Amino acid sequence: MTTVLDPTGELTPQVRERVPRPESLRGLTVGLLDISKPRGDVFLNRVEAKLLDLGANVNRYRKPTFAKPAPVDLRHEIATQCDAVIEALAD
Amino acid sequence: MPDAQSPATTAPALPDGLVAVVKRDCATCVLIAPVLADLADRAGLTVVTQDDPEFPATADWVMHDSDLAISWHHDIETVPTVLSVTDGRPTDRIVGWNRSEWESFTGTDHLGPGLPDWRPGCGSLSVDPTLTDELAVRFSGSVLKSRRVEIASLEDDWDAMHDRGWSDGMPLVPPTEARVLRMLEGTTRPADDLVAVVPPDLVECTVEKVAVNAVMAGCRPEYLPVVIAALEAACTDEFNMHGLLATTMPVGPVLIVNGPIRERIAMNSGINVLGPGNRANSTIGRALQLVIRNVGGGRPGGVDRATHGSPAKYGLCFPEDEEGSPWDSLAESRGFVDGQSTVTLFPGESPRILVDQMSRRPESLTRHLALALRANISPKLAMMFDSMLVLSPEHMSRYRDAGWDRARFLDEIGDLLTLPGEELIRGAGGIEEGIPAALADGPIPKFRPGGLLVVHAGGGAGLFSSIIAGWVNGSMGTDPVTREITP
Repeated sequence: MTTVLDPTGELTPQVRERVPRPESLRGLTVGLLDISKPRGDVFLNRVEAKLLDLGANVNRYRKPTFAKPAPVDLRHEIATQCDAVIEALAD
Repeated sequence: MPDAQSPATTAPALPDGLVAVVKRDCATCVLIAPVLADLADRAGLTVVTQDDPEFPATADWVMHDSDLAISWHHDIETVPTVLSVTDGRPTDRIVGWNRSEWESFTGTDHLGPGLPDWRPGCGSLSVDPTLTDELAVRFSGSVLKSRRVEIASLEDDWDAMHDRGWSDGMPLVPPTEARVLRMLEGTTRPADDLVAVVPPDLVECTVEKVAVNAVMAGCRPEYLPVVIAALEAACTDEFNMHGLLATTMPVGPVLIVNGPIRERIAMNSGINVLGPGNRANSTIGRALQLVIRNVGGGRPGGVDRATHGSPAKYGLCFPEDEEGSPWDSLAESRGFVDGQSTVTLFPGESPRILVDQMSRRPESLTRHLALALRANISPKLAMMFDSMLVLSPEHMSRYRDAGWDRARFLDEIGDLLTLPGEELIRGAGGIEEGIPAALADGPIPKFRPGGLLVVHAGGGAGLFSSIIAGWVNGSMGTDPVTREITP
């Protein structure tokens, strides 16, 4: 038998309940996060139009750069202002 | 986890008086066996035998040090050793066989009539190179905090580690406690020292966890300071390891080592410098990648979204050939001084070659290099991506012969790489990719200031140079980072 040392971070992930899926988007606020890739706005403009048709309110957000994680403040802003969020990757 | 207070970590008490430590597998011990019996009889000697419990006799004055606890804890390096013990602790000792010394030490005359006057001793079993690591683990009281994972005897070590998701797909060296302790000898930093917070999971990583992954990557202990410095560099805001990991582009941290440590750890800056064959070159970059994978949680298909990836992502690490270069080193060009050991991290893809076997003048070679560098990432894109140029010794000789230094080279190639915007804009050349049309009128530098890093390395023959293309640069992406390597 070989005994080895665990090379991982030995994290115990915290399990969180998902928010229940809404029955309808009517009257809810949906956030759209543009990650700043070229033409991502084209896609999100179309998504926004569709959401407005469904009776949702839309908030638009933008990451400073697609190459880095969204800043903590931006994530907090989205979480407190929206009922749902769509993150779009333009690749 | 071993308990630091467990009996194994405490020195066993010895009987007061005279104690001799011996082993049968030592010609001198066998030679003086009659002396041991004589001293047991006349001076109350106790004999501690390391190997054969019946050597030198089956008697109540013979103790067997079966687990070598007595020998290890009381620092026995040679057999025979005679100890003078008070209150269970040795207060004085002699080693080997020297009749007059033994007579004086034991206060007993006429020892070993007929024996030679003097014989050297042998190595103690407790310092046998095949046992020392295991004994250190058993008796030193482990400082290691990592969870112990037991691999069953019917499991293959390599399969078991791979199946736990620890590998990049290549074999790993099992990180046993003995190996990790040996790895930690490579640094003066304590095992529980925090090195960095590793993305993407933002996990605090200790020297110990770096050592565990360095063992798995195949590093020797003396490489550990390089791996630690590289991890510190990778986990800075400037280097943006999270973005570099997550990108769909085929890039990863490329490590360039400068300074005296290159020689100390026998790195290769010559033939096949960017390829296989040298242990330090091959394992240091891999160790960094394994830390990001295992500690940070960054795995291909998880946060690592690379479309193609590249062989460089197994870990690409190489030293600069400073001695053969007429220029200042990469580290010196980045503000460090001669004599400092450093590692520079560049966000790069796999190297590709430029062949130029005809240029005799530096002007010609520079034009050709500029043409090749223009295609860095895309011939239609500029400013956003840095590049690394690895000049071979034969190409460098063109600049040496002409007296060009680094600054002259960068000036000349910078001019050649200042491109007409109209050739780069979207649609130019019938290619929809490109820079925005608004930039059509301006001369556009291919690289931002400082965006072309030049290193000298490679075998003595070959009129080629290598280009390692970068990734999104600056505050939008990654800046190269250089860190000093400290012991």
